[in-house]
Amino acid sequence: MKAFTYERVRTVAEAAAARARTPGAKFIAGGTNLLDLMKLQIETPEHLIDVGKLPLNTIEPAPDGGLRIGALVSNTKLAADIRVRRDYGVLSRAILAGASGQLRNKATTAGNLLQRTRCPYFYDTNQACNKRKPGSGCAAIEGSSRSLAVIGGSSSCIATYPGDMAVAMMALDAVIETVDARGATRSIPIAEFYRLPGETPHIDNVLTESELITSVVLPPPVGGKHTYYKVRDRASYAFALVSVAVILQENGTGRVAVGGVAPRPWRSREAEVLLPSGAQAVTDKLFAGANPTEENKYKLTLVARTLAGVLNEAKR
Amino acid sequence: MKFTTPAGPNPTDQQRVIGKPTSRIEGPLKTTGQAKYAYEYNEEVSNPAYGYVVGAGIARGRIEAIHQTRAKLSPGVLAIVTAANIGPLRTGLFYTDRLLAGPTIDHYHQAVAIVVAETFEQARAAAALLRIDYVREEGAFDLAAGKDSAQAPPAGPFSPPAETSVGDFATAFASAPVTLDETYTTPDQSHAMMEPHATMASWDGDRLTCWCTIQQLSWGVRDLAHILDVPAANIRLISSYIGGGFGGKGTVLSDLVAAALAARATGRPVKVTLQRPLIFNNTIHRPATIQRIRLGATPDGKLTAIGHESWSGNLRGGRTETTIASTRLMYAGANRMTKLRLAILDLAEGSAMRAPGEASGMMALEIAMDEMAEKLAMDPVEFRIINDTQVDPENSARPFSTRLLVECLKTGAERFGWSQHNATPAAVREGQWLVGMGVASAIRGAPVMPCAARVRLDRNGIVTVETDMTDIGTGSYTIIAQTAAEMMGIGLDQVVVKLGDSIFPVSPGSAGQWGAASATSGVYAACVKLREAVATALELPVDEARFEDGRVIAGDRSFPLADAAGAEELVAEDEMTYGDLGRQYARDTFGAHFVEVGVHQYTGEIRVRRMLAVAHAGRILNPTAARSQMIGAMTMGVGAALMEKMEVDTRVGFFVNHDLAGYEVPVHADIPHLDVVLLEDSDPTMSPMKAKGIGELGIVGVAAAIANAVYNATGVRVRDYPVTLDKLIDKLPVPA
Amino acid sequence: MKKSKLSSITRREMLVGTAAAVTVTLTPGTLGKVANLAGNPNPKLVETGVRLTVNGELQELTLDTRTTLLDTLREHLNLTGTKKGCDHGQCGACTVLVNGERINSCLTLALQHEGDEITTIEGLGTPENLHPLQAAFVKHDGYQCGYCTPGQICSAVGTLKEIEAGVPSHVSADLLASPEASNMELRERMSGNICRCGAYSNIAEALEEVAGNS
Repeated sequence: MKAFTYERVRTVAEAAAARARTPGAKFIAGGTNLLDLMKLQIETPEHLIDVGKLPLNTIEPAPDGGLRIGALVSNTKLAADIRVRRDYGVLSRAILAGASGQLRNKATTAGNLLQRTRCPYFYDTNQACNKRKPGSGCAAIEGSSRSLAVIGGSSSCIATYPGDMAVAMMALDAVIETVDARGATRSIPIAEFYRLPGETPHIDNVLTESELITSVVLPPPVGGKHTYYKVRDRASYAFALVSVAVILQENGTGRVAVGGVAPRPWRSREAEVLLPSGAQAVTDKLFAGANPTEENKYKLTLVARTLAGVLNEAKR
Repeated sequence: MKFTTPAGPNPTDQQRVIGKPTSRIEGPLKTTGQAKYAYEYNEEVSNPAYGYVVGAGIARGRIEAIHQTRAKLSPGVLAIVTAANIGPLRTGLFYTDRLLAGPTIDHYHQAVAIVVAETFEQARAAAALLRIDYVREEGAFDLAAGKDSAQAPPAGPFSPPAETSVGDFATAFASAPVTLDETYTTPDQSHAMMEPHATMASWDGDRLTCWCTIQQLSWGVRDLAHILDVPAANIRLISSYIGGGFGGKGTVLSDLVAAALAARATGRPVKVTLQRPLIFNNTIHRPATIQRIRLGATPDGKLTAIGHESWSGNLRGGRTETTIASTRLMYAGANRMTKLRLAILDLAEGSAMRAPGEASGMMALEIAMDEMAEKLAMDPVEFRIINDTQVDPENSARPFSTRLLVECLKTGAERFGWSQHNATPAAVREGQWLVGMGVASAIRGAPVMPCAARVRLDRNGIVTVETDMTDIGTGSYTIIAQTAAEMMGIGLDQVVVKLGDSIFPVSPGSAGQWGAASATSGVYAACVKLREAVATALELPVDEARFEDGRVIAGDRSFPLADAAGAEELVAEDEMTYGDLGRQYARDTFGAHFVEVGVHQYTGEIRVRRMLAVAHAGRILNPTAARSQMIGAMTMGVGAALMEKMEVDTRVGFFVNHDLAGYEVPVHADIPHLDVVLLEDSDPTMSPMKAKGIGELGIVGVAAAIANAVYNATGVRVRDYPVTLDKLIDKLPVPA
Repeated sequence: MKKSKLSSITRREMLVGTAAAVTVTLTPGTLGKVANLAGNPNPKLVETGVRLTVNGELQELTLDTRTTLLDTLREHLNLTGTKKGCDHGQCGACTVLVNGERINSCLTLALQHEGDEITTIEGLGTPENLHPLQAAFVKHDGYQCGYCTPGQICSAVGTLKEIEAGVPSHVSADLLASPEASNMELRERMSGNICRCGAYSNIAEALEEVAGNS
């Protein structure tokens, strides 16, 4: 871990300003992903701005009937919030399917959105990885790729987005609110938040250098039956091979977002409208243009079958 | 004391303390964080520096240059130790790996430098500033590709003959009415013990003390002396508590060499712990295997031909994985052959991991037995029972000392409700889950090794035991205390056990499932001597003296045991050694595993629902500790069955998933309540303790029982471990 | 006596200058004074003060900014009961309670805990006066090598508290119901604590007993 200077900030404005004036600075809140990567010299900030004590840790009703989740609300607190459990069950379920109790107590809402891939080649600084070191190549595409992306990748990178929470937020059409160093705020629909790798896989999302996530807004509840089904080899404390976030209405329509298959949570309206036709139809549409490797092509079957299981369970 | 004929009655038969389900005597220390592990002896040395091991960034080739300037200028850096400034080091006498490499590199993450600094943070940061220029060379990383050119490994102390043959296998197999010929593969696995390899080394002149985490301290002293070229007498190793080993900490690995060299270089005590992401490629592992099994049987299920061929890989000088060991003893069958072949691979060293050979071999053989039972339309329990043998199948003049495999299978079937087993695959459904049952036999050798111990009786009647035996979680402290308490007629609270220090009398350490039987026998021998000394001191006839309730009694005379200590203390030391009973008798432990799994009919997820093991392992010294050894090994068997695999990148030449997020081992949620039945036994051919080890038996057969249960649940036969959902998903029936 | 090959290495060759180390002590919020660190290939040692309450005792420390809470406990406060198993949040051996909640102490900087109350395994009980969970682990043989044990026990304290507070889990059938300390609930919630010795079956039973289910 490279040496760094450290400061604590008390206001959002201070935080953004600190980031703007300090090259090589990063925000730290929970730190559960950043410190992991810093120990491996994958992240090497010169300066850490501890935003952990900013007043962003409450969940408030939004004026339109939705919920505004402070950026620093812990995963545990968010999953346990009675309004989330009642109206956004898919979000509680997704969070509870991720990581461990200890990590969920520490990890924050914004930090969870920003967690980086778990591609094993990204994690080993001796290996070629365009996401970690632009231009170095991608060792994963022809390497060990069982856990990696089947769609949305490029010839530069097939890393997956590893999280669960964002998959549910994708299904919920969450909006990410930010502020930058000049005090300008913006609202980014989660569907537009993550970037596909293309030729620049080192850039995970659309945030600018000094931009700080302040909250995530959930639109008003949409009702329906909420399911988050996460498939993994061991029963807990593991990243998804695939996961599906499903909100199903009584009339058979609904929403589907898929995790573990792409560089971002994967969702398509064109696929969702096929829900009444069944899981295979949805999956075929969702994965049109998929480019799996020999090692991860099972994910296509797995998504179709997992979704079929969810739909079957919902009917019972 | 030399043990040459089967044991008769002796004080251990009282079973006053031995055989009782005693809580671990070190429990209060472990549960309160007071038990000290290698890296934690902060009070023992002052002003330690911190070493950080740098692993090679390539798999095979050589170092052209190590650019050290930036690292040297980094704050707090005290020294950078490399092969270039240390000079040539030898290897140890058990592991073949070079523990500080350079300029040539033999495998990925082989240690190439140790950066020493004032603090851990400084050492880690400076290590990242080393720039190493490598020249890559072609390497061999793919066992399957190297299979055809693999060679017969040389026989040796831990390597059985490369080929064995009894009867006429080829003819018998060719003429057998029912045959099976299948190939199974097992992957590279990591011990993944919770405590990383760690050492704190401190030199005092030319004498070296290391607080380390080594299962066999006498091997450690021997190997470190050889590697560093210092006299063994100058080395003291201390491993009072070891945070798990499973064979992965047998003797000296890179942390110990790094700490010793760094401490020498800086003139300071140095602490080194291997960072977790380094351990998988830097240290040892259970190597992958390819196994071909051929079975021939009569229509009524009698095996007539058993053939087992096995391929594994290793570094030059490394040993082969002896998968065929259990096949040679498991079932009757007049015509049999085994064959081992070893490919040279430029991956980290393959070596012992819990039940080496047997665990991997039975992963294959016990699926084959399940497949054969199906071909014969026999119940798999019954098929195993009718092929039981009470003599060594390769030598009918050599009986098993005790062998209750049939009772294990029958008891297990009864307790588990095996009669509910539906022989038709994919026939049992509960909601979205397909449910299946599986069974497998277990066998594991029961070696016993010479062991010395010293016992001291003090004026307060406290008996202190000293031996360099280790406790890696097995319960050594407790069963040794039980042995001393039984022998000296005192309570457990009157016994102090001191282990894990190489200045104590030499034990064989914790390995090979020999620890419990060997160490307690050494303590027995020392206690016999102490009893003689006590009787003599109290002027009682040695043969008549009884040791009960803290007193020594003979005829109508009775004295407190403490009286024998006199003004100072009474000390006795002895070593238990052995004759050739091990050649006269086949001595093994046996078991049967029964498993029920659920397989999600949509996703293929596999979850263990119930597990039962029945074990037959000599006299059980402590049922609590023995049961824990069993459930622990069963848990590791679940990992082997369902998730554990180091993925080899055969282009780059390394284990890709080299951390505890990528290399999955079972977590709480994977493991239901585990049932264990320990059959009554006492094996007088072993030692006066009449006990066998049980630490490795529990993993043997588990993975196959699970794979068989998955087959029973789904109708999909997976012969390539681990059994993961991606291997099922295309073959699972599409739910209606 | 045979001379060791090691002694042929000269100390001069091995020892490199420590004079490069320059201490810059910062107080929180004094960012501007050290901005010159940026871009320096050999950054100076950066230390900062922090105050923590550990097991009821106030600790005022000056630490390298990089020091994790785990290494602070083990290397600076000699509280070695908290274990380093992976140092990457992948095993749970380092679990401690911070303001009553369980976290991985390896994935947090000490500096992030200014003013926090930390409870480690040493703060729960002693060999002479075991915490009920410590006693239950001994009784049920909920450990073998002992290395994951402090983390398991701290995590168990947190787990039972979370159940009491109504926090649901992955295996809770009904998100709106109060969770129970069932065997499956306990196992799911404890899954962030790996025990390679495989004492899980016994650990779950130790927790069930303390939770009052058995």
